[in-house]
Amino acid sequence: MISSHFLNTVQLGIKSLLLHKLRSGLTMLGIIFGVCSVIAMLAIGEGASYEAQERIKRLGSENIIVNSIKPPEDNQQNASGRSFSVEYGITYKDVTRIQDTIPGVERVVPMRIIRENIRFDRSQESGQVIGTLPAYSLVQNVDLVAGRFLTPTDERFQRNVCVITEDLVRKLFPYQDPLKSSVRVKESYYDVVGVVDETGTAEQRPQMGDSQGEAVDNNIYIPLSTARSRFGEMLVKRSSGSMSAERVELHRLIIRMTNPKAVISGEQQIQHLLNHFHNKKDFELIVPLQLLREAEATKRMFNVVLGSIAAISLLVGGIGIMNIMLATVTERTREIGVRRALGAKRKDIIVQFLIETIVLSIGGGIIGVLLGIIVPLCVSYFTDMKTIITAWSVFLAFGISGLTGIIFGIYPASQAAKLDPIDALRQE
Amino acid sequence: MSNSPPATEAAEVIRIRNVEKIFEVGEVKVRALRGIDLTISQGEFVAIMGPSGSGKSTLLNILGCLDRPTSGEYFLGGEDVAQMDDDTLSTIRGKRLGFIFQSYNLIAQLTVLENIQVPLIYQQEDLEEHKERCIELGNLVGLDDRLDHRPNQLSGGQQQRVAIARSLVNEPLMILADEPTGNLDSQTEIEVLQIIDDLNKKGRTIVLVTHDDIVSHHAHRVIHMKDGRIDREVINSNPGIRS
Repeated sequence: MISSHFLNTVQLGIKSLLLHKLRSGLTMLGIIFGVCSVIAMLAIGEGASYEAQERIKRLGSENIIVNSIKPPEDNQQNASGRSFSVEYGITYKDVTRIQDTIPGVERVVPMRIIRENIRFDRSQESGQVIGTLPAYSLVQNVDLVAGRFLTPTDERFQRNVCVITEDLVRKLFPYQDPLKSSVRVKESYYDVVGVVDETGTAEQRPQMGDSQGEAVDNNIYIPLSTARSRFGEMLVKRSSGSMSAERVELHRLIIRMTNPKAVISGEQQIQHLLNHFHNKKDFELIVPLQLLREAEATKRMFNVVLGSIAAISLLVGGIGIMNIMLATVTERTREIGVRRALGAKRKDIIVQFLIETIVLSIGGGIIGVLLGIIVPLCVSYFTDMKTIITAWSVFLAFGISGLTGIIFGIYPASQAAKLDPIDALRQE
Repeated sequence: MSNSPPATEAAEVIRIRNVEKIFEVGEVKVRALRGIDLTISQGEFVAIMGPSGSGKSTLLNILGCLDRPTSGEYFLGGEDVAQMDDDTLSTIRGKRLGFIFQSYNLIAQLTVLENIQVPLIYQQEDLEEHKERCIELGNLVGLDDRLDHRPNQLSGGQQQRVAIARSLVNEPLMILADEPTGNLDSQTEIEVLQIIDDLNKKGRTIVLVTHDDIVSHHAHRVIHMKDGRIDREVINSNPGIRS
């Protein structure tokens, strides 16, 4: 009986709200936008941080990556216009030193990365020629689609073989079987022995925030020894009339540690070791594990910021509801008087108005949740951004909208109940 | 009161003794009622008349338990209601009184049937259980084909008939009508008064406030008020329609 009474009151609330459809709709807008923005923002934020975390995870949480970087002072010398041969970066000796002295190192995989045009028949694509050891497939997730990866024999005999990425296959071999063909880089031909799917590896985005990302999906892997003999260590760059040459032994090391704990201590030791032998700052260390932790911390902060914005927008929505409900109370003074005369207690009036605000805010909440689910889906559809709608954000937003209704409904409802029945009846 | 109305021995519905009502408007005290004594018995039809400011509305509010007297006694159906708290008075209104207002006061968002049911809601009654009776009440006032209409789809007379049905739904001890025909044209006035007459004939106690002689003619007893006091009482020996 009580529940049917309650249902009646809810029904009545909905009826009263439907009497002023436009007004109720506009009132709900605040809550709708509030809830929608909470869910959408959190979904986009979650998606973005998920992507970042996945990218970092791909680098391997047990890996330490050392990149050769051009020391900054060399850029200034270049600016004078003369051609220079600069020598920098990680050396083969560094590899031996790290392997021999740092505890917890499982293996070190050196890489040479050379930007070159890769040709087959008449088509060509710019890409990266990566000289590395067969062990590369042990420190990175190499997803072999066809054929095989590089082998120790390839390495020992400096074979002219290569493993190419699926992307490159699509561009260079639209019709042919790549495994029976060879690609040409500069003057040399390399027999394709394998095809790998790159989406899972670090090479897809060699550096965080790489701006020249357009060519990086076109990678070919060749044995390190082959790379050394074919390309030498001197790389000549031609840029707007001037020529510069760089001598870089290795572009990157991927150091696999035995366990995640060794990563943190290993990082400092490697830093220390390299600092000792390099008088210029010509290398950088990337520790995916640390990046992961930083990304997690950033995400937490991000969530707090988004949460506050969302809370403010819901607060504004709530005030909007309160405003309208106060106006409604004034407008319906007469009705309140009639109900009081017909036996309604103050409590009944409070419940009636409270339920109306709650219906408004929950209704707004439901529409907001729906929109909040649709918006991220649209964002994902029209842009390439990944969005993740988390269940907790939906519950949170919905819960807060309901709570807003209660909190901001109490004052107007109590104002309504405070009215004296005679005064209320007299009101025209 | 030697010339008693037909229902002399009937139970008392209302007994008020020396009721005063003082309004404080800022520093000024207004004595709206200055000692009223009134007894109304079961089945009576009483009209209260008087010029504006005579205190008839104030008296009706007190009789309707919408207001409390400043001093004095008020027994409604033998129960002392003079100084009851707000919630108890609400219950009394909902259970024992029926109201008919000058401006009908139907609830706009509800249908005719739902409007009739409103007093039941506040008595926590099961609406389905009483639905039959509510429909009968609708029939009684001649609105059987309009039960699902909204008030704004009805004429004034029809709205007032809904209000009458609503006032009956809780089987009240007494019906209080405040200028029930004040907003109606003479033809509908007759129809509405006819319904009220019929109710009275079936034994309903009716207290009606009006300043219309034609309306008061339907009552057994007419109480004239002046300056917060009962000026005189007139017994209608032959109440009824005199159009």
